[in-house]
Amino acid sequence: MEIGEFLREKVMAVQEYSLLSWTAMTNIFRRPFYWVDLYTQADLIGVGSAPIVILTGFFTGGVLALNSASTLAQFGAKAVTGTLVSLSMIKELGPVLTGLMVSGRNASGMASELGSMQVTEQIDAMRALGVDPLKKLVTPRVLSTIIMLVFLTIISDALGTLGGGWISSTMGINLSQYFHSAYQALRYPDVLEGLVKPLLFGFIIATVGCYFGMSTRGGTQGVGRSTTQAVVVSSVLIIFSDFLISQLTIGLFGR
Amino acid sequence: MSTTETVPSPEPAIGDPNAPVVSFQHVSIGFDGHSVLLDISFQARSGEMVIILGPAGGGKSILLKLANGLIPPDAGRVLLFGKDINKLTQEEMFEFRSHIGMVFQESALFDSLSVRDNVAYRLLEERDDPEDVNRRVTESLKFVELEHAIDKFPAELSGGMRRRVAIARAIITQPSLLLYDSPTGGLDPITSTTIIELVMKQRDVYESTALLVTHRLQDAFTLATHRFNMKTNQMERIENDGVDPNTTLMVLKEGHIAFTGSLVDLLRSKDPYIQEYLA
Ligand SMILES: Nc1ncnc2c1ncn2[C@@H]1O[C@H](COP(=O)(O)OP(=O)(O)O)[C@@H](O)[C@H]1O
Ligand SMILES: [Mg+2]
Repeated sequence: MEIGEFLREKVMAVQEYSLLSWTAMTNIFRRPFYWVDLYTQADLIGVGSAPIVILTGFFTGGVLALNSASTLAQFGAKAVTGTLVSLSMIKELGPVLTGLMVSGRNASGMASELGSMQVTEQIDAMRALGVDPLKKLVTPRVLSTIIMLVFLTIISDALGTLGGGWISSTMGINLSQYFHSAYQALRYPDVLEGLVKPLLFGFIIATVGCYFGMSTRGGTQGVGRSTTQAVVVSSVLIIFSDFLISQLTIGLFGR
Repeated sequence: MSTTETVPSPEPAIGDPNAPVVSFQHVSIGFDGHSVLLDISFQARSGEMVIILGPAGGGKSILLKLANGLIPPDAGRVLLFGKDINKLTQEEMFEFRSHIGMVFQESALFDSLSVRDNVAYRLLEERDDPEDVNRRVTESLKFVELEHAIDKFPAELSGGMRRRVAIARAIITQPSLLLYDSPTGGLDPITSTTIIELVMKQRDVYESTALLVTHRLQDAFTLATHRFNMKTNQMERIENDGVDPNTTLMVLKEGHIAFTGSLVDLLRSKDPYIQEYLA
């Protein structure tokens, strides 16, 4: 393919993606609003992803404690393990890992579901029956992913801190000291950062998943392609925007 | 089963009642640089059925999607009930579509929903009274003789049954315009005849306007030479080898209209492409 053609295609895709995201968000304020679909999606994303988020959160906290405690022991600073675990969990790993897990599970799910609907003309049928697919399919998915990802991230943060505590206690760190240092370490900007990230990641997961689903062409093969692309693109965007937000908070709050 | 007593009054017409129901004016459309339809002009008056024939990949599905405003034309105008659909807002377009029923090529049933919810889709959307919804769903399914399948899911149905559910879904509001995209595509000859009979029943009982796309010449022949008899609940040949006056045939060839007219005109046509097509 010619390079100019390639670039033109990518620019068009970004433009279409932006339009879809914008419409999905402004639809929140337009009638009709599909509450039932919002609820179904929230259940699917929130409850469905809870087990994997709990597991990954717990063991990530554990492995953080394992690594930091053994390193800190060399400096005689094992007592600050709690600080390290809670800061890393809440600022970075909780949001990012939860985002990546939900992206693997739900961005792909959305892309394949909407993609199959697209190639079997169900999306067209919906429009033909007087229903706007952006309102009915996209907006509820975007909104529920944003909301649920915040809760899932909080769960992951909590489980990570717990997992860190469990490992610390096996390494001879006093538990109450661990939790004390974990709690003391947190400042308002850290918590803010940890909660803004899932808002953005949720938005990325759902809009990217829905965009690739809605723009699927070329039968069942196309559905497979969209699904893979949705996971790859949303994961990269999550990690990239995580970097940007971390930069921004350091610029704003100095930590 | 008696059809006559279940005839609901048709929806009040919208737009200009004297204008053709659909009108294409110099419509062209293409994808990725190659054109699919070129300068297409035709219209369907109220009560008319236009049968669009053409080879696979000839732009028949695209033509129906243009007629429903699902895609905009690259050039030219599509008028529905006398109004240019390009000039309608998104909201107005959705309102317009409530007067149009569409049967998609592969039925396009929502596979997460039961037959009942598929057929009722539009009514549930309009939040009509549940009792009324039930009555109309049953009525619509009765029309396609599938009342017994109301609680089934699309995956449990055969291709022919799916097509019938799609018809039931399209006609539930008794729209002023029906668009059938290859309703017999991929079906065996016997099932195809059943579907064509249903289309004919809809045409002759409700006198709705319709565009029907098919690649099977036989569908066009049957629809042009038969009418539906409500007393026997069957289709029958029009006597004296007559043809239905409200059925027009249109043949697409490489994006152009190669022929429009009645079946009689088609059979008399001297155009080599048409003669080859008929052969
Ligand atoms: N969304 C699309 N993007 C690109 N090409 C398309 C699209 N839809 C249809 N086409 C092309 O337009 C042509 C006509 O398609 P269609 O109307 O489906 O034909 P048919 O007469 O078999 O129904 C085909 O060559 C198809 O590849
Ligand atoms: Mg087609």
